[in-house]
Amino acid sequence: MELTLDRITHHYGGMAVLQDISLRIPAGEILCVIGPSGCGKSTLLRLLGGLEQPGAGQVLQLGDPPEGCLNPLTYVFQDFALLPWRTVAGNISLVLEDHGIRGRAARAIIDAVLARTRLSGFADAFPRQLSGGMKQRVAIARALAVNPAVMLLDEPLSALDAQTRELLMEDLVALWTRQPFTGVYVTHNLAEAVRLGHRIAVLSRRPGRLREVIRIDTPLADRQAADPALDRLQTRLWEMMREEAIAADQELRDA
Amino acid sequence: MPEPRPVPFRGGGFSPVRIRWAGPVVFAALLALIEWGTRAGWISNLTLPRPSDVARTLVDLARSGMLWTHLAPSLTRLAVGSVLGVLAGTVIGVAIGLFSYIRAGLVPLVAALFPIPKIALLPLFVIWFGIDEGSKYALIALGTFTPTVVATYGAVDNVDRTLIRMGQSFGLRWSSIVAKIVLPGALPGILSGLRVSLAIGIILLVAAEMLGAEHGIGAYILEAGSLYDLERLFAGVVILSALGVVTSWGIGILERRLLRWRN
Repeated sequence: MELTLDRITHHYGGMAVLQDISLRIPAGEILCVIGPSGCGKSTLLRLLGGLEQPGAGQVLQLGDPPEGCLNPLTYVFQDFALLPWRTVAGNISLVLEDHGIRGRAARAIIDAVLARTRLSGFADAFPRQLSGGMKQRVAIARALAVNPAVMLLDEPLSALDAQTRELLMEDLVALWTRQPFTGVYVTHNLAEAVRLGHRIAVLSRRPGRLREVIRIDTPLADRQAADPALDRLQTRLWEMMREEAIAADQELRDA
Repeated sequence: MPEPRPVPFRGGGFSPVRIRWAGPVVFAALLALIEWGTRAGWISNLTLPRPSDVARTLVDLARSGMLWTHLAPSLTRLAVGSVLGVLAGTVIGVAIGLFSYIRAGLVPLVAALFPIPKIALLPLFVIWFGIDEGSKYALIALGTFTPTVVATYGAVDNVDRTLIRMGQSFGLRWSSIVAKIVLPGALPGILSGLRVSLAIGIILLVAAEMLGAEHGIGAYILEAGSLYDLERLFAGVVILSALGVVTSWGIGILERRLLRWRN
């Protein structure tokens, strides 16, 4: 299944946040979306998953979600969005219950996704007992449980410290390598973008326009933290964004 | 080279520490002081009863069986009235929290009802619901209803919206979002509202019983007061305090059981 953004324009009140964005999200690849703060990256993601309606243009779905897919467009949120009153297993079971998956069938799915996110043994822990990195892995496990066609990741590592972020990036790469998924990964962190993106879409500052889409051909698994080619790319991305970021920083918030 | 000195400590304080013994000690010291004062004579019998006499009155009350005669109807009234009020209040409060039309229609009404001293309505309630138990139930129910509504819709409003978005993004049914995300998320606020509601319920219980009841703690206190029987008056007050402590303790247990995920 593929997603296409067709000339999306969006306003909040009178303020334009996204301007005429057309973008294709091919299956089996991770597309990273970067841009200065306030450029509408997160809005773009909410539009993609149908949590918000675009002012103009449309989000199109090409083809049907694969067999056994419970929730085609599935989010991973920056602040994890785990229910604090449910255990790890309960949080995953939450998204299965409405599909009538309970008992042994649910248990099998939960065990499988917990194993994939290296969380086996934590099924009965409550979110407050977990570190930030583990919480986000639970959220990723929950997303995997519904067997999504497209994963929509909204700054999933931004609430974590640098070391945890590094570990979780490796986890995401391992997850993708073992079983490729389609992902849209919104971030303001260029290092994450060059490590996880097959393609990187660069947005301008508000109102966000698509400036460039960059392909990276190095396979995800071969990208290292200090790879000079990736560093050069990251520098290039930063040069592209620096002026915009400065300008965005000078703007009044609700002007 | 100046002499090295340790940096002075400036932090600390402003964080409550749990000290179990202080409460009972203050309580006991106060009682001992009154006991001593009434025995020594520098507190006259007309100002305060002797604590030991109050204790004896309580024991007599329990022995004669009159304690139960007064307590049973009071507890029934409190239970029936507050269950009605709290249930209705929670339902209306959740409805206000979930539906904009109900909010727009009912919030002003609740704001208008809240500050009315409910006891002023007792004569009206006597006509509506009869002189006996009905009017007392209604008074306590109305008294616990308004604070419950306000606490409940406040609690629903405070449920983390990102959790609700999460539920929607996973395609959960509306009923599932309400039952599995909104209600559990609002429960802490609803329970702390319950504390206030039940305290108000006890106050109204006594007021209602003072205005017309044969038995009940309120009637007992009123009778003692009109005879200027300080020992019995204070015995009644002690029972009320105990009732307040017991309900608060009960809610504490409820919170610990239902909100185990919090700590």
